[in-house]
Amino acid sequence: MSKDPRPVTDADLHAYVDGELDEQRRLLVEAHLAKHPGAAEQVRGYRQLNQDLHSLFDPVLNESVPAALVPAVRAAPARYRWSRRLQAAALAGVALLSGLTGWLLHDRQDRTEASATLVNLVQPAAFAHLVYATDTQYPVEIQAEQQDALNRWLSDRMHTRIRAPGLDELGFELVGGRLLPSTNRMAAQFMYQNAAGERITLYVRRVATAEQHSAFHYREAEGVGVFYWIDGPMGYALSGDLGKQRLVAVAQAVQRSFAGGV
Amino acid sequence: MSASADLLVVQIPRLRRYARALAGDAVRADDLVQDCLARALPRLDQWQAGTDMRAWLFTILHNLFVNECRRQARQPDIAALVESAVPGPYDHAEADVRLSELQNGLQRLPPEQREVVLLVSIEGLSYRQGARVLGIPVGTVMSRLHRGRQALQRWMNGERGGAHGLRSVK
Repeated sequence: MSKDPRPVTDADLHAYVDGELDEQRRLLVEAHLAKHPGAAEQVRGYRQLNQDLHSLFDPVLNESVPAALVPAVRAAPARYRWSRRLQAAALAGVALLSGLTGWLLHDRQDRTEASATLVNLVQPAAFAHLVYATDTQYPVEIQAEQQDALNRWLSDRMHTRIRAPGLDELGFELVGGRLLPSTNRMAAQFMYQNAAGERITLYVRRVATAEQHSAFHYREAEGVGVFYWIDGPMGYALSGDLGKQRLVAVAQAVQRSFAGGV
Repeated sequence: MSASADLLVVQIPRLRRYARALAGDAVRADDLVQDCLARALPRLDQWQAGTDMRAWLFTILHNLFVNECRRQARQPDIAALVESAVPGPYDHAEADVRLSELQNGLQRLPPEQREVVLLVSIEGLSYRQGARVLGIPVGTVMSRLHRGRQALQRWMNGERGGAHGLRSVK
């Protein structure tokens, strides 16, 4: 690896937190953080600040918009049916979350690249699934009727062309999607639902890994299964409560859809 | 409703979040958003499809905010501004206290630092996008961001600007 001679400065720490560093510089900063507890503390502080700002102001996103602000009347959001199974999952939310946390801690034992994928992709995908797939009121931010706007917006924000894949053949209709903060980047989440009311979510984000194309991997924690894989700069995680066999069929369809440049 | 007006509506919750954080009180914030939408709607044809509509709207909102700050420039009483901030519930859970302190600290930041901190930290804009929205060089975005974050951290650590005698609002 070639050496970057510039010393790590406070500006680097900010840029690191904000995802502004190129790969080489990022690795350099990470090596620096491992050796300098003060700098690592600084980074934790900046992250905590970002997180606190989100905690303070994100609730505004869920307030109903005053009528005076809406330039034209929008159709009332459709209500989604949801299965008893999902309701039970919502009630058991605490147990599920603690199960996932155990999952993460276990994997911290070995700080391999694989565990970075778990922390940055799989775990947030599973959490996001648990939070939104059980939501009866606002499961998605933009609904399937505005699919073009959704695709355009997500592509703009993620600086790459991204579209919700069509899974109609497998009986899953698009409910809609949303943009989410992920560990150190942002992620897109698409939600699908079948006639039985079962919901699956597809979580897509940029990942920085040496692995260009990975095989399908599967993780399951207390009822939520996640298939994940890496293709070029993007990581994909498909979460659902379908069981491994049925979920893999969907994962394959999604993978084909993205690989086909759809 | 046209496709771009549709896109505009979709952005309203985010504009409200940004304005709320910027202005510190809900009424003032929604006034800003309303003015912003009123300006954006007739100019929708000036927005180029395929570019980031949110950045375009943030730019409009920024200009309105700067004008408003200029009008208020003769009112240097920072304590009054803080008092008008929305108070958190009187819950003494540690996280709630911290967040309400952060809310106070944020309102004490110079507006130009507050804007940058919010655009990068909450809205997730890159430094370059932030520079475009605010019409300033990327280097200025970075220095304002650094100063803003440091000031907030000092505030959160209880360093309350000593000589100026700013009091902590509980």
